[in-house]
Amino acid sequence: MSKKVVIVGGGVGGTIIANLLAKKMRQEVKKGDIAIDVVSDDPIHFYQPGLLYMLIGLKNQEELTRDERKLLDPMVGLHLHPAVKIDKDKNEVHLKNGVILNYDILVIATGSKPAPEVIPGLREGGNWFYELDACLKLRHELMNFKGGKIVLAIGLPHKCPVAPLEVTFMLDDWFRQKGIRDKVEYTYTYPIGRLHGLEPVANFAAKTFPERNIKSETLFNMKEVDANKKTITSLEGVTLKYDLLITIPPHKGAQVIEDSGLGQNGFIPTDRYTLKMEGSNNVYVVGDTTNLPISKAGSTAHFESDIIVENIASEIRDGLTPFRYDGKVFCFIETSLTKGTYIMFDYNNPPNIVPPSSLIHWFKLTYNKVYWLTPMGIL
Amino acid sequence: MADLKDIKADVVVDARGTYCPGPLMELIKEMRQQPVGAVIEVISGDAGSAKDVPEWLKKVNQEFLGVLEENNYWRIFAKKTKEM
Repeated sequence: MSKKVVIVGGGVGGTIIANLLAKKMRQEVKKGDIAIDVVSDDPIHFYQPGLLYMLIGLKNQEELTRDERKLLDPMVGLHLHPAVKIDKDKNEVHLKNGVILNYDILVIATGSKPAPEVIPGLREGGNWFYELDACLKLRHELMNFKGGKIVLAIGLPHKCPVAPLEVTFMLDDWFRQKGIRDKVEYTYTYPIGRLHGLEPVANFAAKTFPERNIKSETLFNMKEVDANKKTITSLEGVTLKYDLLITIPPHKGAQVIEDSGLGQNGFIPTDRYTLKMEGSNNVYVVGDTTNLPISKAGSTAHFESDIIVENIASEIRDGLTPFRYDGKVFCFIETSLTKGTYIMFDYNNPPNIVPPSSLIHWFKLTYNKVYWLTPMGIL
Repeated sequence: MADLKDIKADVVVDARGTYCPGPLMELIKEMRQQPVGAVIEVISGDAGSAKDVPEWLKKVNQEFLGVLEENNYWRIFAKKTKEM
């Protein structure tokens, strides 16, 4: 009887898994021994890291989008209706259009998104770039910005943990190019007592900020924003005045996860090695959707996907799931408009930061163009 | 106060071997998401966490229950006593 693999989520993790699995199990798929279906609420696949560049006119929207159907292997089914319920006891995924998909193996790749409503006043007073419409609004603000106080404030949890630093470094350089850097007072805030969660990255920022005249306020966790007075106050009791508030809002997972009782705030308790949902033998969780205390980043989803695909194929063929995720994460870090660096780490090896270079920056720009090969399962 | 070894936390975050976002950020996240009264345990392989966590809890007036030093890791306990 045909094995049914259902993947809920058409972002980077869900799409890679569908394509790699279709490729790896081509013969079984052709014979009808396995069926692979993706459920997505969006016909468009969006390259989210590109928003950082679109923000200051280095990318346009068309470059960041592709038709999800065209990215998917032709032998993978696509259901463009949101999942409204996942019934893990009955092995069913319920779609908004009333269709119920049965599965033998389920992959949950529903991701996370900004939830500014969690912080009073943040939606009204803050600007962010993690979503298309918000990015376009902030871009408009930046293009008309003539000078004043910019405050960057960060909520937890959030995806792409190096993006707050990248946007800071890139804006610093961008204001210099525009000739108004001396009119901009830029304050970077961070939730803990150093400038980044990763110690080598924090040390790099601590060395670089004074050279670039970037101010900082650590141990700053957003409590509330007063959009009329243009102030932001932290849980720790510090109030900062701003002319332009840039924020990385706290994130939430998908509503269907909460509604299905699978995890608080849309994040699912997950085994850090097998990537199976805790207490389940046939449900895998990938990327931002896990509750693992690791970086919510595209590369995390990518490396996890390789493991999940191997285990699904192995389970169907041999009844075994021997592959284990080692916690690998890789992130580029843009340190200006012309240089970049990167970090790589896993559960056993701490990160180390290399000196920024033009070469790494150009590598990142190249990756931005060839990203599409990643969800296609080629790169 | 109950002996730390007897405390059963409502949420346990094992942050050993996870360098980013890190133990204190995980604790802050949970303190914001959990209901008042919840006990949160963060397991950290970083000795600095045993110092950072109580400092932050003091700043935001939440309760630090204590820390247990195990073999090369630390179990840090906190209680959410008010909304934040």
